[in-house]
Amino acid sequence: MSLARAIETGDLAELPSRRDEDWRWTDLRGLVRQPLSRSEALEKPVGAGGPFEGLGLVELVLANGRLNWWPEPGDESSRGVDVAVHDTPSAPHLSATMPMAKLAANKADDPRALILTFKGNENPAALIRVVSRTNESAHHGRVGVIVESGVRATLFESYEGEGSGYFSNTLLEFYLAKDARLERLVIADDAPTAVSISSAEVHLAPGAHFAQTVIATGAKRQRIETRVRHPGGGAEARLDGLYLVAGQRHADLTTVVIHEGPGGTTNQLTKGVVTDQGRGVFQGRIEVRPCADGTDARMGHHALVLGDRAEVDAKPELEIWADDVVCSHGNTVGALDEEALFYARQRGIPEAEARAMLTEAFLGEVIARIEHEEARQAVAAFMAGRLT
Amino acid sequence: MLKIDNLHVRVGDAEILKGLSLAVPAGEVHAVMGPNGAGKSTLAYALAGRPGYEVTAGSATLDGLDLVGLTPDARAALGVFLSFQYPVAIPGVPALTFLRTAMNAQHKARGEPEVTAPEFLKAIRARAAELKMDFEMLRRGLNVDFSGGEKKRMEILQMMMLSPRLAILDETDSGLDIDALRIVSDGVNALRAPDRAMLVITHYQRLLDHIRPDRVHVLAGGRIVASGGPELALELEASGYDRYASAA
Repeated sequence: MSLARAIETGDLAELPSRRDEDWRWTDLRGLVRQPLSRSEALEKPVGAGGPFEGLGLVELVLANGRLNWWPEPGDESSRGVDVAVHDTPSAPHLSATMPMAKLAANKADDPRALILTFKGNENPAALIRVVSRTNESAHHGRVGVIVESGVRATLFESYEGEGSGYFSNTLLEFYLAKDARLERLVIADDAPTAVSISSAEVHLAPGAHFAQTVIATGAKRQRIETRVRHPGGGAEARLDGLYLVAGQRHADLTTVVIHEGPGGTTNQLTKGVVTDQGRGVFQGRIEVRPCADGTDARMGHHALVLGDRAEVDAKPELEIWADDVVCSHGNTVGALDEEALFYARQRGIPEAEARAMLTEAFLGEVIARIEHEEARQAVAAFMAGRLT
Repeated sequence: MLKIDNLHVRVGDAEILKGLSLAVPAGEVHAVMGPNGAGKSTLAYALAGRPGYEVTAGSATLDGLDLVGLTPDARAALGVFLSFQYPVAIPGVPALTFLRTAMNAQHKARGEPEVTAPEFLKAIRARAAELKMDFEMLRRGLNVDFSGGEKKRMEILQMMMLSPRLAILDETDSGLDIDALRIVSDGVNALRAPDRAMLVITHYQRLLDHIRPDRVHVLAGGRIVASGGPELALELEASGYDRYASAA
């Protein structure tokens, strides 16, 4: 298969295409016909910026696939966030299995492995910025994230496109130890001409709690994929997403959760708004293996299509092999409620303002589920900026 | 104040209003009664400018200004308020936010200063108390999980806050029990003012026991077929609309 060859050779012309079922709506192959050159390392730190600027977080920067900035070991300000840079590409806890993730792992531009560990009892928080500051070139980066047993942590993650025509491929691997809690907030703000792929593999121990909210604004192709290995045993996963796609952008939120043990919970709510000629893709799969009795899995995807040429493709899948489970999914794709729009206009709110208000309210349900107060505000501010 | 002259309104392929004429002077409350399907709600929507309600002939003026052709929000800024028969729920927009946005949009359109948050809250607290509404309810999504009566009170609350020139109440009594009907009616009566006109649209006479109209009009077949004093409503209650079916 060509994807294997892409991994082997790093030849981006061999990327997944519509012939690969999981990539049927996000075809990468036709986009990268010529092998792209590798992005060059930046000589200087990228400096402050991004959608989570100003929150005073411990910050790590991957720029053009390479470590660009990270706290010094023992830095007092890094409160419960331990950053280890291994000099070899292999390190414990790095074991990617997803196709694009493997490509990132095998072809990472930085020969060092970066592992971020949350520890201590002071609710540590950190920011990973994935910055693409290059034109017409490709880079692969990866980070491992560990949350120690009983620790409650927050990870902010931003994809910042500062060039054009770049190909950015990022792998994150998460390990949550017993009773660890992690809330992950992702804002993907790529350039309209970019191809940006982010793959996360999440491994949960029993009792662990993983929650994420991904905000995607699209690119030429943008895909944020999350795979969760769910052990049950009281572990919980919340996988929320928002996509807000305009122009000719394309955003793909793909998630896979595999319940491998009894007594696990998954709760998922994704909402999207697509305008102009934008395209939104939602693929959500929850597998409940035969041994995973007592699983409680709920999935919702709701989209507004606000343009004759806008498109949403959705594939919610529940694959259930166990008997004693509670599973549900709901999926709706429609337009703004004309009744509500007229009601708001009757009260004096001009049409454009009324549309923006109703759209924001539609998406607000997802934002309200963000637990971290400052994160919720930062995400709401980012969204509001995109809606006006 | 409100003057409707030979109004023809088409919805889809059907002509619903067929030359309706009606005038409501400032300071008066007029009732429009009529059988189901007569065009009562169409009249309300056409005056408010609902998309899909196409005026094919005639005019509707407020203080001499033709409303036809104006957007719904422009009409609202001129002082047109429609209390909906079925108020819409808007999840995610608290009633307080919605109403303050609406007020400030109208103020902006009229070139008036914005209402400050403290002014707004003080006023809305007082009005909500008059309507015996739980203020905490206003922090929730507009009309979300509200009962029929709560929704109608919410409409009257908005009407009080927006202080319209022309208030159109479309079947405001539907879904109200007798206590709620009294509270809503008291609210409406409190809004009677020399510079305000009201059009009360209703199928039943019951609401008019509480809101006493200056004039009563019978709408049948898309036109006003009879007009009279408050006694006309009582007469309709006794004899029904049958005899107007032929007049239409």
